[in-house]
Amino acid sequence: MSSIPNVVMQARGLVKRYGHVTALDGADFDLYSGEILAVIGDNGAGKSTLIKALSGALVPDAGEIRLDGNVVKFHSPIDARRQGIETVYQDLAVAPAMTIAENLFLGRELRKVGILGSVFRMLNKKRMLAEADAHMKGLQIGIRSMKQAVETLSGGQRQGVAVARSAAFARHVVIMDEPTAALGVKEGNMVLELIRRVRDSGLPVILISHNMPHVFEIADRIHIARLGKRACVVNPKKITMSETVAVMTGARRPEELPPEYLA
Amino acid sequence: MSTQTATTSGAAPGLIRERMPPLAAFGPFIALLLACVFFASQSDRFLTGQNFSLILQQVMVVGVVAIGQTLVILTAGIDLSCGMLMALGSIVMTKFSVDIGMNPYLAILCGLLVSTLFGLLNGSLITFVRLPPFIVTLGTLNIAFAITQIYSAAQTVSGLPDPLLFFGNTFKLAGTSVTYGTVLMLVLYLITWYILRSTAPGRHVYALGNNAEATRLMGIRTRAILLTIYTVAGLVYGIAGLLLVSRTGVGDPNAGQTDNLDSITAVVLGGTSLFGGRGMILGTLIGALIVGVFRNGLTLMGVASVYQILITGILVILAVATDQLSRRRG
Repeated sequence: MSSIPNVVMQARGLVKRYGHVTALDGADFDLYSGEILAVIGDNGAGKSTLIKALSGALVPDAGEIRLDGNVVKFHSPIDARRQGIETVYQDLAVAPAMTIAENLFLGRELRKVGILGSVFRMLNKKRMLAEADAHMKGLQIGIRSMKQAVETLSGGQRQGVAVARSAAFARHVVIMDEPTAALGVKEGNMVLELIRRVRDSGLPVILISHNMPHVFEIADRIHIARLGKRACVVNPKKITMSETVAVMTGARRPEELPPEYLA
Repeated sequence: MSTQTATTSGAAPGLIRERMPPLAAFGPFIALLLACVFFASQSDRFLTGQNFSLILQQVMVVGVVAIGQTLVILTAGIDLSCGMLMALGSIVMTKFSVDIGMNPYLAILCGLLVSTLFGLLNGSLITFVRLPPFIVTLGTLNIAFAITQIYSAAQTVSGLPDPLLFFGNTFKLAGTSVTYGTVLMLVLYLITWYILRSTAPGRHVYALGNNAEATRLMGIRTRAILLTIYTVAGLVYGIAGLLLVSRTGVGDPNAGQTDNLDSITAVVLGGTSLFGGRGMILGTLIGALIVGVFRNGLTLMGVASVYQILITGILVILAVATDQLSRRRG
């Protein structure tokens, strides 16, 4: 097991079978520190199964996952979150009737100090509002009041809340599953900019996307999933979009690619 | 629920507009005030302390049942079994104390325990077997009704010991007789209000009703919350059973047959969404009071009770329509 020093998250030989269907067939995965790694693949390539294994949504039948060099086993998304891996889900990220501050702190609420907090379990709403405000400002998400219900926000702003929440609590990795899929062009660009800011703040990001222009605009490396394995990892600054799609669909074999395309 | 304020103005916290609840929150309260003004203009006897005390006594039982119903509806569920769990609890406490001769306090605990266990059964079937709340509680409604009838042999239980009647006793407040049961109801509302508004588990109930999957993925134990809610609702129905016994002075096996729909009426009139995740517990109290005020006021005006039911039906539809229309516009 060779370990490059700046590998944050690593998977080797992941296998997942559903009856006769093999979704993951010995997949490998590497995420470096400070990068945005896009994961792409055709339908059935094992892309979403891989991401579910990394985010704790499913338990692989075989293989191992390492976080900062240590082997980890996730039995649920909650396990993964405890280890500092936050996932932003495409649509089901927020509670619409609740405020931005409540959504940011959902499941991690702050209580008041003293007897009010310890005996009466009273929430410290003021402090949560202030921290939510500071955090959203830090990510340059322009929302005036943290007391707004999330349902009053635009789609992009809502996704901004979900991204901000994961960035606030992740210690190791942020996984984003199709964060721009439901958004218009302008809103999508806003979220891309936000993802860059998350990376620049020091957190590596795994981005799952079908949107090739977005992937090429933002990714530092592209992991191509195919037939339950990692076909290769390519460098978006060297390879073209159409060649990437050719590898993804199997029209071109990764071994035939010029070595400078690989990353 | 100032935390759910949907305002877009002003950055400085503490602005009056930010603290103001949305108009929808005031709707039930305004309706209650208008009803009071109307009936006060129609009858001299309406606006008296004694009459208000009477209204509170009349809404006491359904008001407590509606606390449990609100909790369940906030999780996007529904509880049809509430009235029957209440009746079963009240039959257990009266039969145990009168027929078996059990210590009355112990008998009360047994009654509360039985309705709580039925709540736990509702919750278990809904969370672990994943059956729809409507069907589960329809089933337990019938089961609890049958057990109540079989166990009591459809006979009313009378000659109750004093502890079971305590909450029907009154004390004088500014010259008006108030029952201890009314006080208990108000205290239960305040406790529920505090928990829902100011504690993390309370906020998780709203989150669960809003978006169950997102709430689960945030690491909140949504199944535990659901199970707790149905169990607590069962306990609340048992307390309503005790209040019912103290008010009527008997254990009545035929009680509670309309409390499921009456409590849902109170919840809906109070502005809580049947789709879950939105609403306020104090709205339910106002909703119950609206029904009570209408029944009382119309009785004072000499309107036959069947018209009171007619008007309640119209009120429910109006309340839901107003709520839906204002949301669509918003």
